[in-house]
Amino acid sequence: MARRATFSRRVTMTAITWVLAFAIFFPILWMIQTSFKSELDAFALPPKFFNFHWTTENYSVVQDRSDYFRFALNSIILSGGATLLGLLVGIPAAWSMAFAPTKNTKQVLLWMLSTKMMPATGVLIPIYVLYQWLGWFDTHIGLIIILFLGNLPIMIWMLYTYFKEIPGEILEAARMDGATRWKEIVYVLAPMAVPGIASTVLLNVILSWNEAFWTLNLTTTTAAPLTAFIASYSSPEGLFWAKLSAASTLAVAPILILGWFSQKQLVRGLTFGAVK
Amino acid sequence: MGKIVLKDIRKTFGDVVVIPGVNLTIEDGQFVVFVGPSGCGKSTLLRLIAGLEDQTGGHIAIDDIDVTDAPPAKRGLSMVFQSYALYPHMSVRSNIAFGLKMAGMPKDEIAKKVDHAAKMLNLGDYIDRRPGQLSGGQRQRVAIGRAIVREPKAFLFDEPLSNLDAALRVQMRQEITKLHQDLKTTMIYVTHDQVEALTMADKIVVLNRGNIEQVGSPLELYESPRNLFVAKFIGSPTMNTFSGPEAQRRGAATIGIRPEHMIVSRTDGDWKGTVSIAEHLGSDTFLYLDVPGVGPITVRADGEAGFHAGDTVYVSPVSARMHRFDESGMAFK
Repeated sequence: MARRATFSRRVTMTAITWVLAFAIFFPILWMIQTSFKSELDAFALPPKFFNFHWTTENYSVVQDRSDYFRFALNSIILSGGATLLGLLVGIPAAWSMAFAPTKNTKQVLLWMLSTKMMPATGVLIPIYVLYQWLGWFDTHIGLIIILFLGNLPIMIWMLYTYFKEIPGEILEAARMDGATRWKEIVYVLAPMAVPGIASTVLLNVILSWNEAFWTLNLTTTTAAPLTAFIASYSSPEGLFWAKLSAASTLAVAPILILGWFSQKQLVRGLTFGAVK
Repeated sequence: MGKIVLKDIRKTFGDVVVIPGVNLTIEDGQFVVFVGPSGCGKSTLLRLIAGLEDQTGGHIAIDDIDVTDAPPAKRGLSMVFQSYALYPHMSVRSNIAFGLKMAGMPKDEIAKKVDHAAKMLNLGDYIDRRPGQLSGGQRQRVAIGRAIVREPKAFLFDEPLSNLDAALRVQMRQEITKLHQDLKTTMIYVTHDQVEALTMADKIVVLNRGNIEQVGSPLELYESPRNLFVAKFIGSPTMNTFSGPEAQRRGAATIGIRPEHMIVSRTDGDWKGTVSIAEHLGSDTFLYLDVPGVGPITVRADGEAGFHAGDTVYVSPVSARMHRFDESGMAFK
């Protein structure tokens, strides 16, 4: 009896999981199949589901109209640069909070997180003025800095949580062995925290890659990443759904593939410490 | 060389005074054991010597050089931690070599020293394994290997055996004692286990609430404890103590007698009692007695004496081995 209950429960849970997963994935699926439709099919009512004439025409049009690879390269530079900078600042910061806390550490952590509670729009004008004054508007450095600062609180929080899991005695042993602070971090802490650092890096790359508010507001052409590439297809002269879908598919593809291959690492990192 | 001098060492955590002021001299080559109940400040004292903790006041000198403000690395000490604290991502070889690598020693010299230490501690067979693949005893040996390759002025041990099972603990205890005989380097060893203290130490420092209660050789502490705390802490089973008429009759506030310093008889003696529990250890039998008018008493009897719960026995303390204490718990000289 108990076994049957477990079985039906498992079936129900599996069904619910599949339905939920499908619901979450559906927009992406819709986007991908729309990108292979003609513009006419894309508008068709009732919507056509796989029973249309497949074409790759949209992709060649999109590539002809705007240079995909230039935008993609910018996305790589911006998310990579922001993540690298984030690690350089985040690892030492998280180290000090985890292993040399003061009585204000908790408050500092909360305060950092609180900066994420304000909508970005709230500081758009000051940042805009500041960037014009610094000459950072539409530059790689300017975008890297804003993405780096935007994600830094999350990075430090994540790294801090992972570092907390590492026994302090091991770092003390390194100190007794004559390691300086920096060597202690490089040779002992970082290698031990690799899963945590890896998932922090992945999440940060994904967040920076998908960040749209600042990348759209602070770039025009030179530093514009894939978010700007997508946005350029939602133009006031009328929407071309199929082409917009093709552009979107191209824009999310790299990060989708990266996420797919690193999902094990990502899940392990995000649940690290939750289960001993 | 490895002479360590603590002068007025004080440590507070916020308002909590952990060590109110300790003065202690550890001579070069001594095996010193800090012993005391948990929370007595013995580990804190060790960490202060290591430099892992900052003192609130006082001075520490190693070989007559003030190291009060020196970082751990500059003190020339090695430490073995309770949790072993091995680097889990490195092989046994790299674990042992780490300190030498940090010191910038040439590679071939490191290899030579690591091999020597590995041989000394029988680590040869698993030198390329990770700590995760080793047993508790093997890990402990790696931790000791990591400590000895650096040829420190002194070794600091922080309850190194408390994670091992009983049999292994005895074996490692002997290995550490042997190591001390071979290296003749100063060792400071923290434990709450008085058996470890008595068997290993040249000098025992008994700590209680951050204060040093007594410093002396194991035998000194056993034979002439300075106060009631030391009397009850050193020796197993614990010394019997009585206050009341029995003590007053002998001109003391409290008297103490160890279980092994009483004569047990079935026929006659000073005190008559009933056995409530008899623990047969083979070589010895420990009897827990109820003695009307005196209180509960523990005595040691012969292993073959054949006493059982419910038996009536007579015990007589050997007066020469009796300890007398005044009202403040201090021993009469």
